[in-house]
Amino acid sequence: MENLVIEGSPKTPTIKFNPEEGKLLIQGRSIPENSIDFYKPLVDILEEYAGNVKESTRVDIVLEYFNTSSSKCILDVFKKLEKINEAGGGVAINWHYEEDDEDMLEAGEDYQAIINIPFKMVEIEEE
Amino acid sequence: MDINIYDFYNKMEQDNIMLSFKGNVTSELLTSVLQIMESKMEKLNEPNRIKKKVYNILVEALQNLYHHLDKQPDTAPQGHNTVIFMIGKNEDDYTIFTGNYITNDNAEKLKIRLEKINSLEPDELKDYYKEVLNNGMMSDKGGGGLGMIDIARKSGKKLDFDFHKIDEDYSFYSLNINIPQ
Repeated sequence: MENLVIEGSPKTPTIKFNPEEGKLLIQGRSIPENSIDFYKPLVDILEEYAGNVKESTRVDIVLEYFNTSSSKCILDVFKKLEKINEAGGGVAINWHYEEDDEDMLEAGEDYQAIINIPFKMVEIEEE
Repeated sequence: MDINIYDFYNKMEQDNIMLSFKGNVTSELLTSVLQIMESKMEKLNEPNRIKKKVYNILVEALQNLYHHLDKQPDTAPQGHNTVIFMIGKNEDDYTIFTGNYITNDNAEKLKIRLEKINSLEPDELKDYYKEVLNNGMMSDKGGGGLGMIDIARKSGKKLDFDFHKIDEDYSFYSLNINIPQ
């Protein structure tokens, strides 16, 4: 399987998925007007990976902002990760949030309540 | 034309309007407005928490206006696809004002949704958000009805809205979002 790398823009996050290492990173802002097209390549490659998983899969979500158009797509990504976990992919999700950003912490907790994978809430300390 | 721009200026100055716009909303416009607001809040040394809250709510409010334009019927009168928005800042709060035309049919549906959101307590709103997030329904843009719930949740205030009936087909929908510091 090939790596997936999508460079970030002012409205879309950087996405890096390395299927050989079992590592996924989503970092930056996710506020496009139309999120479905943007997330499709990631959802597709995760579907492929679900058929050929590594023993452990590390996921880091480091979002500064995301809009509600992205939130359902991010849920779709998590649902694929759930499938990967069930297939023996040993998924661990690290949800990063800035120390005073309660809204982002709460958003992580919302996903945690829906998705059946262990979440770790990781506080990013201000510099 | 009978416009006194000085009156406009004074009115906006009195009301502490940081930014205002009337016209067509494009993706590029939204990108610029968001960048302007971000740098203005940066200069004001706003705490990170407030900056993020205002920015997040602004994204939702402006993207609502943007998506709304898609929903206008082809028969809509000229000008009905333009919108207005303003962002004001007082000592202890920010307010985002938006206004746009809406068909009376859509106004009825939207009003029911907004009233439902306003009837919920914070805990119920959190559950409702998760329910809509996980209901499997997506609009073709992805959001599927989460925007207003998110605005109500993040602002922590009831939604302040009005539908002003223009004629048999259209109303003017206005929304004031108050974000306490």
